[in-house]
Amino acid sequence: MLGFRTLLYKEVLRFWKVSFQTVAAPVLTAMLYLMIFSHVLDAHVQVHGVPYTAFLIPGLVIMSALQNAFANSSSSLIQSKVTGSVVFVLLPPISYVEFFLAYVLAAMLRGLMVAAGVLLVTVWFAVPELQAPLWILVFIVLGGGIMGALGMVAGIWADKFDQLAGFQNFLILPLTMLSGVFYSIHSLPEFWQQVSHFNPVFYMIDGFRFGFFGVSDVPPETSLAVVSTSFLLVSVATLLLLRSGYKLRS
Amino acid sequence: MVTGLPLMRVAVAIERVEKRFASLQALAGVSLHIAEGEFFGLLGPNGAGKTTLISCLAGLARPDAGKLVVMGHDVVSDYRAARRMLGVVPQELVFDPFFSVRETLRIQSGYFGIRHNDDWIDEILANLDLTGKADTNMRRLSGGMKRRVLVAQALVHKPPVIVLDEPTAGVDVELRQGLWQFVRRLNRAGHTVILTTHYLEEAEALCSRIAMLKQGRVVALDSTSNLLARFAGQALHLRLAAPAALPARLRGRATEGDGTWTFPLAGLGEIEPLLATLREAGCVVEELRLTQTDLEDVFLGVMHSAAGVHRAAA
Repeated sequence: MLGFRTLLYKEVLRFWKVSFQTVAAPVLTAMLYLMIFSHVLDAHVQVHGVPYTAFLIPGLVIMSALQNAFANSSSSLIQSKVTGSVVFVLLPPISYVEFFLAYVLAAMLRGLMVAAGVLLVTVWFAVPELQAPLWILVFIVLGGGIMGALGMVAGIWADKFDQLAGFQNFLILPLTMLSGVFYSIHSLPEFWQQVSHFNPVFYMIDGFRFGFFGVSDVPPETSLAVVSTSFLLVSVATLLLLRSGYKLRS
Repeated sequence: MVTGLPLMRVAVAIERVEKRFASLQALAGVSLHIAEGEFFGLLGPNGAGKTTLISCLAGLARPDAGKLVVMGHDVVSDYRAARRMLGVVPQELVFDPFFSVRETLRIQSGYFGIRHNDDWIDEILANLDLTGKADTNMRRLSGGMKRRVLVAQALVHKPPVIVLDEPTAGVDVELRQGLWQFVRRLNRAGHTVILTTHYLEEAEALCSRIAMLKQGRVVALDSTSNLLARFAGQALHLRLAAPAALPARLRGRATEGDGTWTFPLAGLGEIEPLLATLREAGCVVEELRLTQTDLEDVFLGVMHSAAGVHRAAA
């Protein structure tokens, strides 16, 4: 267990040592989104009866958390693979399950820290309600877990930084941006509403937002089922990848 | 240091290990037994399979066939125990740029399940002359110091078997000497040391037994002294004054490099007849040197011989 705890500690220390880049920067980005969108739309738009700025905050919080959870595990793995320092975690007696848990928990933690930071600075613009805090916690933890595990898959698969950037820019970014962060999917044409239902990130954000306002595009139980299943599938896939030693142990 | 390790038990057993990367047969049935307390050399040209063999031993690569055991623990089925017994200094100069030297060593200790390891860490740092750099970030260290930290990382869990994969590549002479003194002390204290190096004089000076690999096969395995004795002999190196050329009847006996002709000798009695032949041909000897066989000659001899040299493992 000490091996697992040390790996978790190392992964947390790694991002904390560069927290200006890993925590403060995404908080600033989220604040800029909020400033621009709230300035332009708050007087004109309400969603589910909620002013636009207040509606936007939960979406920005979880989007930032998800993107940073992915970035944490993926960047840590690709850096250590490219520099060769990955041997330091492959030589010790650490099992692949411990390896998985340490990276995913560290990714979740960075996501939660970014989320807390975004929530803190957005209080200047609107104080969000907290209708069902447990839903908030469940969706951000499971969402962070999914993205942390996906980050591991991307970090293990990629041999170069531009391959990882491709994964991030052409898969993760569209999935998170087109998931209802900035809008309710009911405002979309029917076709795009249907497409949104195939995006698991939509359920993470919709369920998370339900925890704040008590209203959502789909029932939170449906979102929980989709997100839990996604977490299970991505975790099993990542564990199988680690057990096989793919691109880590030749 | 770890003391009291019983001698002459098998520390590392490698049995018919095979490993293939696509069309390349990196290891083709390698078998070796290394006794506890040995200072064992693993030599071979680039691509011979040395690093692949070490990777299989350390769990960084998975063998296609065969069995590897470290201190009685199978590296696949009992990998946790096997890895605790092994400290590996990797060939590449790798480091984690986020941490200081002390943080790096504390983290490495934790990976091996050891907490509160600062006394031993301080001892390693002192032995490797790194005490003054303990709180320096890894990025700020010179290449030689980074190399020493790699050695320290391999030792944090006091492994009974230490594998050094070309640890002195690109390291200055002073540091190399210091490193070898430290590794010798570890060996005297009972640690088994497995060394791969391109510096054959190092292997000759340090290793009690040597295996030579070629194209994934062991082509020589014997004590260093036996290998040297087996290829024992002298060679005469001559440089002739221009414009004389070597007489045709001597050309078949010699090899030429950088203007120097080298004649392998079965005995010193061959020298005078050889010089007489040169005098008769009107050749003037400008420079003459007599050398004894060293490990480099053995290495070249073995690598150019198809049969190889084997003696039963200890």
